[in-house]
Amino acid sequence: MHTEMRPFLKELVTLPDLPSHGQPVRDRIRREWEPLVNEIRISRLGNLHGVKYGSGPSPRCQVLVVTHLDAPRMLVSEIAEGFLRLQGTGGLDPRVLVGLPVVVHGHRDLLGTIVAGPDLGLSPARKGTPPRANLLVDVGLPSAQVTRYVRSGDMISLALAPVDLGEDRLACQSLSSRACIVALTVCLVELQERHHLWDIAAVVTTHEGERYGAAPTSAYVLQPDVAIALGAADDQVPATSEGQGLTLGNGPANGWGPSIHPGIHREIQRAAEREGLQLEDEIMPLDSRTVVERLQTVGDGIPTGAMNIPLRYLGTSVEVVALSDIRRTGRVLASLVSGLKPDFREALSWDCADDS
Amino acid sequence: MTAEHMPSATPSAEQMRLIKRLTEAVAISGNEGAVRAIVREQVEPYVDELRVDTLGNLLIRCKGRSSNGVRVMLAAHMDEVGLMVTGAADDGTLRCKPVGWVDAAQFLGKPVWIGRHRLPGVVGAPPTPGSAAGASANPAETMQIRIDIGAMSKEEAAGKVRLGEQVVFATELTRLGPMMRAKALDDRLGIAILIEIVQCPPAEIDLLAAFTVQEEIGLRGAEVAAHRMEPDLAIAIDCAPARDLPTRDGEENTRYSTRLGGGPAVYVADRLTICDPRIVRLLTETAEQQGIPYQLRQPGEGGTDAGAIHLSRAGVPSVSVSVPTRYTHSPASYASIADWRATVRLLHAAVRRLGSSLLEDSPWQH
Repeated sequence: MHTEMRPFLKELVTLPDLPSHGQPVRDRIRREWEPLVNEIRISRLGNLHGVKYGSGPSPRCQVLVVTHLDAPRMLVSEIAEGFLRLQGTGGLDPRVLVGLPVVVHGHRDLLGTIVAGPDLGLSPARKGTPPRANLLVDVGLPSAQVTRYVRSGDMISLALAPVDLGEDRLACQSLSSRACIVALTVCLVELQERHHLWDIAAVVTTHEGERYGAAPTSAYVLQPDVAIALGAADDQVPATSEGQGLTLGNGPANGWGPSIHPGIHREIQRAAEREGLQLEDEIMPLDSRTVVERLQTVGDGIPTGAMNIPLRYLGTSVEVVALSDIRRTGRVLASLVSGLKPDFREALSWDCADDS
Repeated sequence: MTAEHMPSATPSAEQMRLIKRLTEAVAISGNEGAVRAIVREQVEPYVDELRVDTLGNLLIRCKGRSSNGVRVMLAAHMDEVGLMVTGAADDGTLRCKPVGWVDAAQFLGKPVWIGRHRLPGVVGAPPTPGSAAGASANPAETMQIRIDIGAMSKEEAAGKVRLGEQVVFATELTRLGPMMRAKALDDRLGIAILIEIVQCPPAEIDLLAAFTVQEEIGLRGAEVAAHRMEPDLAIAIDCAPARDLPTRDGEENTRYSTRLGGGPAVYVADRLTICDPRIVRLLTETAEQQGIPYQLRQPGEGGTDAGAIHLSRAGVPSVSVSVPTRYTHSPASYASIADWRATVRLLHAAVRRLGSSLLEDSPWQH
């Protein structure tokens, strides 16, 4: 990639996800991908599709790798005496909200802070997480100016700067989506040097925060032969066969569960082995924490796999990721794509797990 | 008093830089060195006497013209609330405990600076199943605050951070329209104000400036500073809580304490001190004469260095003058630039009207 991985990731986490403002983050990704793919377009619902052709004979098979670009965002529900009340928490853990810096995207971008209403004093008897209804944003301006610049329905995004934690780790908001986007970019860069027969469709979706995100619509349009969902999983939530969380710096994990086609699981495992890596299996009995459940039922059904990058403090303003995990994820994906034979899809059988 | 000396109502770029340096310095109670160094550098050329006492207070005297001038103590505290590292866990995170009156839950999800050289860290919030349902419970009681510095093991963490190291919110000062947002405005604003008073001291009185330590853990520095300085009267310069926000139910907020933009808050009483009415009157009359906005802080909880100073030796008539500050002891406190400047102006003018005659009347006759 023309941009180094760490600065690119830092740039992505500081760009907001604003459907109403032309998606600055999607534009930035598009710029990075344009030289790496053969086709690039925006779908009807605003998803970014980048397709890099393989060298196999036409019609070629296609593998879809999909992740999302959502970042925590809240809405202004009401303006009260120059303070803004919040609609929702943008998927953020409510414990972390008070004291966070934000940008209010009104007629003009205004800096502010999420604060607790006045009945939460310093008294230890009353301390703790304030009830959500009592959260406000203080932009530090007189009431008349606030109503001039802000309307209810305006978007609010977090504005914490990324923090380098030693050589390999980074802490910031929005890493759960942005780390996956960088991993997918690493994959596209790797594929410039690797021979691959299949097409790869790299897709970044929107609306993931809404219960049923827009990923299936991209799968519907692209009609892939195989789909891989890329996500992030909290390293402190039990996920492996040993009941442990994933290990930061040892990722990504290879998903296993009813949404995962065993043949894809095995192919991911082989791709990792070709890179000299041993992936942990993440057990996904119900919820993969990716969009894979929504992908497998698109059209006549799609053989799917899922990979999660381990992340610490998921859903907070200080998610922590290991850059080495992002790099590995990109390499495993590239290895997977370049390893796909023309007849892979035809040979794929739900019973192949028992073959070995 | 001459008008040309009156401090400016708008801060100079240099004054803004000083506030930024002061609020971004890392100095929790008992570890005030970073702020002490800035204060010393700022005041040294202007003072007659300067000493650092047993507890770490930086004590200054600017002698008045007459040998029997009234001894006026102005105090502002250098320390801030924060955390102290108490150990490293097996996973490489740091355990810590609060120093001063800070709700440890405020640290959840925030970046921090560790030590004077500001090693970066973050305080995560580990997943708690059903945490949304229990959102009103105090998370600090149900979980340990742990700092993540990217260390992979206890040994690596211990090699990077020593036990007892101080931890503060990692907040850089930002200007938001007419406001400043920063950590530790309480009481670095008071420190900046006192520096400015010392740089242009009144001629007729003995000015005793105390840059105190350990206010946040029990007014300890002020207690010994007042004992040594033996002032005739004292003014504590601090930050007053402003809770001037709309209430949840839309009712009028009658317990706002102070309001941002309303000018310096003159205390009549707080939990620790009944302020001397003669000095309160002098301050309010000065403000009215000079056309400086001011407000009376609603009596209530809290206290300042005046709480210790007024009980020193045989007693010291005292008052507090504070800059109204929202969200004190949090990662992002707010103060109005106009209030800060008005506080400097009020104190600058008021100390020039102080004389021994002020204390001749019984305070309780009026």
